[in-house]
Amino acid sequence: MFVRLSAAIAAVSLLSSAALAQGAKPTDPQIAHIAYTAGVIDIAAAKQALAKSGNKEVKAFAEDMVRDHEAVNKQALDLVKKLNVKPEDNDTSRTLSKNAAGKLAELGKLKGAEFDKAYVANEVAYHKAVDSALETQLIPSANNAELKSLLQTGLKIFQGHEQHAEQVAAGLK
Amino acid sequence: MAPRWVLPIVAALMLAMSVSADAATVQITMENLVISPAEASAKVGDTIEWINKDILAHTATARNGDWEVTMPPKKTVTSVVNKAGTVEYYCRFHPNMKATLVIAP
Repeated sequence: MFVRLSAAIAAVSLLSSAALAQGAKPTDPQIAHIAYTAGVIDIAAAKQALAKSGNKEVKAFAEDMVRDHEAVNKQALDLVKKLNVKPEDNDTSRTLSKNAAGKLAELGKLKGAEFDKAYVANEVAYHKAVDSALETQLIPSANNAELKSLLQTGLKIFQGHEQHAEQVAAGLK
Repeated sequence: MAPRWVLPIVAALMLAMSVSADAATVQITMENLVISPAEASAKVGDTIEWINKDILAHTATARNGDWEVTMPPKKTVTSVVNKAGTVEYYCRFHPNMKATLVIAP
């Protein structure tokens, strides 16, 4: 099952084949961890953009990302607390974090318009990959109804961000 | 005879009453990134009550540029429609949220 998740994310080279070894579908504690990690990664990317970019549209977009993902992750934390689920670190989360750190370093070397374009392009690709992972893997694998429902709302948020990022990208050309 | 200033006040009150009697309030809700109703109807002068039930901020942004309303998380914001027409609008933060407001003259 993890193979299809990987296929989606590998498309933007976020996931190395090393993370895809296990065949089992993710458990709820793992899904919670992956979803939360995906939010944290996007917040870190946005904070980098806020620090580096001088473009009004790009900064506004980054602010939207911080605001939304912080709100969703707070809701996710409230839910896991309520359900008494302890988010469990796993290879997918670890690989996501590792690759995101690499992307931050890569973008960190760019400046000005070059940075803006690369950041927004990565936001489109990243949200696309997470959408696909949510749709094909995380939502179908979730057992708890409330977790599933939160992931479904999360999917709509990520799809919205993807379209928003596409609009910002179009404006940069 | 009533003091001179009474008449304009009475007139203003009557006018206000006649306006509020005509104008309706239309509720549009945003919940789980869905706008409902997907197509709402109103008349010029009506108040739209934009109810945001999400933990996220949303906007109702007219595609034709006529208006934009921003709703903080879990808040209700009102606006008055003052121009007739069929307006398609969306949320700028989540452009997958789309709906139509038909405003009759």
